[in-house]
Amino acid sequence: MTTRAIDVSGLPEYGFGHRSILWWATLGIVAIEGTMFALLIATYLFLKGRAETWPPGVSPPLLTWGTVNLVILLASAIPNELTKRAAERLDLRKVQIWMAVCIAFGIAFNVVRIFEFRSLNVSWDTNAYGSVTWALLGFHTVHILTDLADTAVLALVMFIGPVDEHRFVDASENAMYWYFVVIAWLPIYAVIYLAPRVA
Amino acid sequence: MSAARPVTGRVEVLDADDPRLGSASLERERRQLDDAWAYARGIAGWLSEVNHKAIGRRFIATAFVWFSLGGVLAVLMRLQLSRPENTLLGPDAYNQIFSTHGTTMMFLFAVPVMLGMGIYVVPLTIGAREIALPRLVAFGYWMFLFGGIFLYVNLLLNTGPDNGWFSYLPLSGPEYGIGRRADVWAQLVTFSELSSLVVAVSLVVTIFKLRAPGMALSRLPLFAWAMLVVSFMIIFAMPAVMLSSSCLIMDRLVSTHFYNQAEAGDPLLWQHLFWFFGHPEVYIIFLPGLGMISPIIATFTGRPVFGYLALVMSLIATAFIGFGVWVHHMFATGLPQFGQSFFTAASIMIVVPTSIQIFCWIATVWTARRIVFATPMLWILAWFCVFIIGGLTGVMLASVPLDLQVHDTFFVVAHFHYVLIGGAVFPLLGGVHYWFPKITGRLLSERLGKLAFGLFFVGFNLTFFPMHILGLHGMPRRVYTYPASMGWGNLNMLASIGAGIMALGLLVYLTNVVVSLRRDEAAADDPWGAADLEWATSSPPPPYNFLPSPTVGSRDPLWHPELEPPVVLGLAADKREVLVTHLLDGEPDHRLEFPGPSIWPLLAAIATTILFVWSIFSPWGVVWGAIPVFVTLVGWFWPRKGRPPREVEADRLAGRLTPTEITS
Amino acid sequence: MGDVIQSVLAPAGIQAARIAHLWWVMFWVCTVVFILVVGAMAIAVTRGRRGASDAGHRVLSRNVAIATAASIAALLVLLTHSVVTGRALETLKTPDALRIQITGYQWWWDVEYLNPQPSLRAVTANEIHIPVGRPVGLTLLSSDVIHSLWIPNLHGKIDLIPGRVNEMWIQADRPGVYRGQCAEFCGLQHAKMAITIVAEPPDQFEGWVAHQREPAPPPTLPSQQRGLDIVERGPCAMCHTIAGTTAGGRTAPDLTHIASRSTLAAGTVPNTRGYLAGWIVDPQHVKPGNKMPPLALSSSDLQALLDYLETLK
Repeated sequence: MTTRAIDVSGLPEYGFGHRSILWWATLGIVAIEGTMFALLIATYLFLKGRAETWPPGVSPPLLTWGTVNLVILLASAIPNELTKRAAERLDLRKVQIWMAVCIAFGIAFNVVRIFEFRSLNVSWDTNAYGSVTWALLGFHTVHILTDLADTAVLALVMFIGPVDEHRFVDASENAMYWYFVVIAWLPIYAVIYLAPRVA
Repeated sequence: MSAARPVTGRVEVLDADDPRLGSASLERERRQLDDAWAYARGIAGWLSEVNHKAIGRRFIATAFVWFSLGGVLAVLMRLQLSRPENTLLGPDAYNQIFSTHGTTMMFLFAVPVMLGMGIYVVPLTIGAREIALPRLVAFGYWMFLFGGIFLYVNLLLNTGPDNGWFSYLPLSGPEYGIGRRADVWAQLVTFSELSSLVVAVSLVVTIFKLRAPGMALSRLPLFAWAMLVVSFMIIFAMPAVMLSSSCLIMDRLVSTHFYNQAEAGDPLLWQHLFWFFGHPEVYIIFLPGLGMISPIIATFTGRPVFGYLALVMSLIATAFIGFGVWVHHMFATGLPQFGQSFFTAASIMIVVPTSIQIFCWIATVWTARRIVFATPMLWILAWFCVFIIGGLTGVMLASVPLDLQVHDTFFVVAHFHYVLIGGAVFPLLGGVHYWFPKITGRLLSERLGKLAFGLFFVGFNLTFFPMHILGLHGMPRRVYTYPASMGWGNLNMLASIGAGIMALGLLVYLTNVVVSLRRDEAAADDPWGAADLEWATSSPPPPYNFLPSPTVGSRDPLWHPELEPPVVLGLAADKREVLVTHLLDGEPDHRLEFPGPSIWPLLAAIATTILFVWSIFSPWGVVWGAIPVFVTLVGWFWPRKGRPPREVEADRLAGRLTPTEITS
Repeated sequence: MGDVIQSVLAPAGIQAARIAHLWWVMFWVCTVVFILVVGAMAIAVTRGRRGASDAGHRVLSRNVAIATAASIAALLVLLTHSVVTGRALETLKTPDALRIQITGYQWWWDVEYLNPQPSLRAVTANEIHIPVGRPVGLTLLSSDVIHSLWIPNLHGKIDLIPGRVNEMWIQADRPGVYRGQCAEFCGLQHAKMAITIVAEPPDQFEGWVAHQREPAPPPTLPSQQRGLDIVERGPCAMCHTIAGTTAGGRTAPDLTHIASRSTLAAGTVPNTRGYLAGWIVDPQHVKPGNKMPPLALSSSDLQALLDYLETLK
């Protein structure tokens, strides 16, 4: 018998990425919401497969604003990545700066989203096509809204405190969630804007 | 950001004669831990409690309350059906009662009670001090509690759900679903699924990241494996029912047309989404039961369960196949033949992993060192009889032609009660008996326990076995009465008598709980001679579970004292510090401070409840109701510790704040 | 088990017979499996303990593997039998079959005998007659919620789904009266939505269907005439049709030959003068929630109405 105990007091008090329990919790939420998106898309395709014409009786959505938002969302990955890197270096100044930029992007695509809704050419109560299109866009809008709100609250903490290492972990996880919201937009964009144009 | 202890990133190995292992040192640590982890006191404290043991107990106790109410509804149904043309209940009352019974058992009992067992037992059995995200779990509890109250208040107000637990469209849609009843059902689903989802995430993270050092995934106890698999199933299945019920509410409230065939929607869309959730739900309910069987068999046979790897792989395989069989609930809807054959094959093949588990357990018992016929073991042995019947009738239902005959008849009612009560409630009642001394510090009476078991077993079979025959003789489900000329009266009377005996058995079981809690005699730490870590600590465990925290050298740590696993020292005792370990090998990674009691989960749950209930009446409830939810969430997440940003930045510029390089 | 007019185990047609055969195969295979597995467990529990337990690990692995392979083999047998039965059920489809369209309503069945010639169509409700030995293709529709047509002596059930057209193929091989019932929960009176199936020799059937095509006979007695007046001027005509009169409502069962049917309100009560009177005066007592409003009639008006309805053979 050699050892009776291990002493872990030398271990750090936080960890980034997959070492953090918050990272796994965020991944769990991403899995849940990703499943929701996937099922909504499946719903869309199921209804499309049942219909004789698609979209039924209305024109497809205008491409302009959705595409603008696609560009803005993809571009927001840059400040998002910079926030994440700054957080993992515990660089508060840069975290503050890049989070502010992210918030500006967040406001931009929420505003453009209003124009997107107005150019769908269909209302949610027109028919099931309208319902599922609004549901897809609406559900993604809930995500960009909550992500904006999350980021704003966390940025507020970064500016007025109190701050410790765990807030940098939060910022890093928040960036991961932001990526999810951006990536989720790609299939949703394809379904909302391109699927009605494909026979 | 204190630097009280140098962060070396290394784990030190101490000798057996290290002074920190002395009893004086441990006693000092115990006093500090008692302080840091103390259960919150008073009413405000009770409402703020987040400790996994307190929340787990509440989940289990609350679920048993809903179980009892659902049981009362079942007895009412059996009274109504005991005679043909009975007039005890009218159709409206009967339809609300059978719908609320099913909804209660599926959403308010079966899943939450298993999650409650997981919340209580999993952190202990993996050697953790606390569950991951304890405040989120507390939030999940409040949502579960409020959802159940919401359902039963509505039932008393005559606005209980009346379209079954499956709420098919268009019967529950805007045109045919009268009043608010279908909305009540849909929102109850949202309550309970939100609760289950947050607990599932928390259990996954707990099992992945908080295991005792040395507990590689290959040493994870089988109950924890079952809860891990179930949590994953919840994460991927429950979004389907949240989505479908949200679409239902929108169809009813803001005139969307998801399920309206006149406007390009489709009522069958509901069935696909619902059963994509609904079938995995069955596995979500009985896989935890399978997880309880393994430790109970191991304990009462005195040997590790045979075929650990096969058992784990079977659980995982069941979960995967479980997502590919939903269409077997829809054979009568007239789907194309080819698709039906595929789903028949998948539904039949899902039997294989379950069979493997059964064979492994038989092999275990075959080579037992001893067999102790304690009450938990009796429940498990009875499980074999009843669950196998349920499984075999399941094979019959997977066959399209046979399913077309017995689908939606009492044959199916018999089948799924054999699977769910047989598969889940038998192991659960055995499991509660088994873990009761750990949870409460008191052993249940074996005499009353065996009496309860006997009554329940006899009553159960008397209730549900005749239903197979009734179904074959043409009795459909969900009928509030039947003509005397059909000749179904005698078997129905038999089933109703059985239900009475079963209810009596449950009453004895609950009496046993109450009586045993009042006994003076304290339970030993390990009254059954079990192998898993939860039996290494006192009964009931201290709030922080272990002192010192264990490490693990085998799959059955308590049975291998010769391996003398070392213990963990060096976690802060003056705050709620928990050791985070690596996903695969369970090696120590970092220390993390956990939150203490907090009122915010309750406030957030109240705000969410307001939003959910409001949204039944107006879509603006979602908009305006989101504001208090947001406020409570900010209150929840706003940090309590740390320093002003200016100081943090000054530290960094002065080189006093650098990211830690972690080696382990 | 009383009458066998509604039972899976008393097949009266080829489809139900095939499924009943499948059932008995499954039943016996499953019974044997149950006895083997529970028996093995019983032996495992009761056999004597022989010291060290881990000795036979390889033996155990082999036995578990054998048991698993045997289960898979049994399952494959059942799967094959099931698929073969499923295929066989499809073989009844023939172009020269009798075609009947059944539409589900809360809570009754509208029945229409289809024919390429519109004059050869016949409409009735809640009771169908079919010729023995001839395939019958049922076209299943729903006008409101999902119902499911289940006549266990003849076949399994198929749903009636709004917006979809389903089919079901049956054939009665022996004459008799069978009972079917809605098997998909369809609301308040799901329990009281039955259908009667009369299987009779082909010539008898042809006579029946020819009669069903005819309009209602004109009243001959004054009280019957008064009854017809009540139907045509009162609320009855808003929902019910009686061919040959001005009553042409389409939302309730066709009454042209109501007196020839054996039950009222979709199998709820027998079709006798007393029950018919009770049904007309207080239908909400007989079958609460159904769509028929109570009719406030003087006693003599009621008798006249009954006199007339009884002529609708």
